[in-house]
Amino acid sequence: MAEFKLRLRRYDPESGEPPYWDKHTVELDPHRSVLDGILEAKDSQDGTIGIRCSCRQGICGSCGVRINGKPGLACNTHLDEALARGDGQEIVVEPMGNMPVIKDLIVDMDAVHWRKIQSVTPWLLPREPVPEREYLVAREAMVDVTQSMACIQCGACVSDCLAMEVDPLFTGPAALAKAYRFVGDPRDSEHYERLRYVAEDPHGMYTCTHCFKCVDACPKDVNPMGQIMRLRRIAGTDFEIEDRNNGFRHEHAFVKNIHRNGLLHEADLLPDSYGGKFDPRALPELLSSIPIVIKGVLRGKITPTKALLHPHKASKDVRAIFERIEGEPARYELNLYVTGTDDPPLQGAGDADSGAATEGAKR
Amino acid sequence: MKVAYWPGCVSRGFTPELHGAMAAVAPLLDIELIELDRGACCGAGVIAEHNQELADTLNARTFALAQQTDGELMMNICSTCQGAQSECQERLDANAEYREHVNATLAGGGLRYEKGVVNKNFLWVLVEEIGLEQLRSLVKRPLANLRVGPFYGCYIVRPASRVGIDHEHPRDKYLGQVIEALGGTVIDYAGSHKCCGFPIITMNKTASLMQAGRHIGDAIDADADCLVTPCPLCHLNLDLQQPLAAGVVGRELGLPVLHLPQLVGLALGLTPKQLGMGRHIVKPRAVIDWSQSVVAGAAA
Ligand code: SF4
Ligand code: SF4
Ligand code: FES
Repeated sequence: MAEFKLRLRRYDPESGEPPYWDKHTVELDPHRSVLDGILEAKDSQDGTIGIRCSCRQGICGSCGVRINGKPGLACNTHLDEALARGDGQEIVVEPMGNMPVIKDLIVDMDAVHWRKIQSVTPWLLPREPVPEREYLVAREAMVDVTQSMACIQCGACVSDCLAMEVDPLFTGPAALAKAYRFVGDPRDSEHYERLRYVAEDPHGMYTCTHCFKCVDACPKDVNPMGQIMRLRRIAGTDFEIEDRNNGFRHEHAFVKNIHRNGLLHEADLLPDSYGGKFDPRALPELLSSIPIVIKGVLRGKITPTKALLHPHKASKDVRAIFERIEGEPARYELNLYVTGTDDPPLQGAGDADSGAATEGAKR
Repeated sequence: MKVAYWPGCVSRGFTPELHGAMAAVAPLLDIELIELDRGACCGAGVIAEHNQELADTLNARTFALAQQTDGELMMNICSTCQGAQSECQERLDANAEYREHVNATLAGGGLRYEKGVVNKNFLWVLVEEIGLEQLRSLVKRPLANLRVGPFYGCYIVRPASRVGIDHEHPRDKYLGQVIEALGGTVIDYAGSHKCCGFPIITMNKTASLMQAGRHIGDAIDADADCLVTPCPLCHLNLDLQQPLAAGVVGRELGLPVLHLPQLVGLALGLTPKQLGMGRHIVKPRAVIDWSQSVVAGAAA
């Protein structure tokens, strides 16, 4: 048994009072969970502490909170681990971010998280005619979506999403991971429609700013950002959906740019991202960036020769790599969540998932 | 020490002052740079988004080029390169069969990647290879009274396990440690580990600029004299786009943003001019005035 100091953020919007910090000391085994600590304080010291929980074993996803700055499940975070994460003195527990507080540590998941989940049609739209018995699919075809299926809807990723912080309408990591769950499912019949929806939405998948926050936040290793990148890959390459947000054009302009130059040639990237220098869409963007370009030229950042000539060409072997790989009929994608690691990592590589070596997931 | 040096694209394109500053600072730190001038773009996450194998192969090629040199390790000066390359390396090092598959493609160019390249951003090299004590001893002009906000961005601190953050390597605190070692004051503000917004500048411009604008505003509110970043792409959104970001957040900004080698160079006695600080969009006037007054003070 050891003593743990909990500092809880308390807030009751209905009271009209501002939020405040509340301290409790509990005595528990260090391997007990932060949730156990909070419930202990609630039982023995203050019954009005608001916390949501049910399964108490990391399954239901009810107990999402922020513990010493990091979002996660209160029930699968050990007290000693939580302590080590902070200043070593106390365990600070706050409600999740990006969602309004209902009371204390309980946030309004309906207003944000569930609405976004609903927006992606989170159920299977099967092909007609529906088979009379089981719908048989190859095992390999389903392996790829298991990662997105591991989601328990706890909202930890939503809590920390940096794009949502500036654009509350952004569909967000959990809902987009859910969208992939069906786009990657061979039984679903509406892949194109689903992709078009998240691509065309000005607050859809192209608003993800690639910040990795959701990757670190998720207690179930769902890697929502990775699922978003897959959505983009399939929308952009397999379905060639030219969205109005420039997502498709930006990706293709970038890849073409490197294919041609080996290194990024920025002067071309901006206009190409908007459809090329002579595309009507490029004009307003180029005009709006003119003051910056002029300043850049004056300060020696953008040299006119650099902007007009190509100072660098991709070497032959770089071109050969592009042509070899882009020429394949199917992409070769390795998902470490599925395959695990066969070699123990030598240097700071990521978590090795359990499981022996299997072959890479080929699409 | 000798390092296989990967400058990346942006440090030679839109932010040439970064590459220049690194070249000026390296000899002062006793770093010999063997430039990997045949390397291709790391893909900045965009090539991986398009085709993972393509990004993995291009970066395996750069790693292979680094392994051909006699550098002790590979060093980059761009967080985005660090993050994108670490992601590819994670896959390459995890699976022998996949590595062989990629190596078969590289064989066309006479190259081969052996598992386990050590690739460190200049920030990590400063703390882990050179060491804060050594750095402190090299300081000629301590950054006394300079209030510096660290801006890490995303790629160099997340995902924590991939970029090797643990108790022994608190890499998410290194910028602060370096600022302190150089004699400066570290500013604590909300945006230090958030996203600059650059990846979505062409897709959701308002959200992108709002990110940059808010972080700069938060740092100004915390009385920062400048920001320092290990990422040239963050620099683009924070400096080049700062006038537009100011418009989006509806307040005056005007906070200088320094590249990491520039900050180190100032403390090691180089002049703002030698460090290309005249090339920034937001004139680093506060920093330049400061450095000149400190030089004048030291001479007196
Ligand atoms: S990677 Fe994208 S979805 Fe994930 S937290 Fe960042 S902005 Fe949000
Ligand atoms: S993706 Fe992970 S963090 Fe997000 S809701 Fe699902 S389980 Fe929670
Ligand atoms: S209480 Fe069910 S996941 Fe924590």
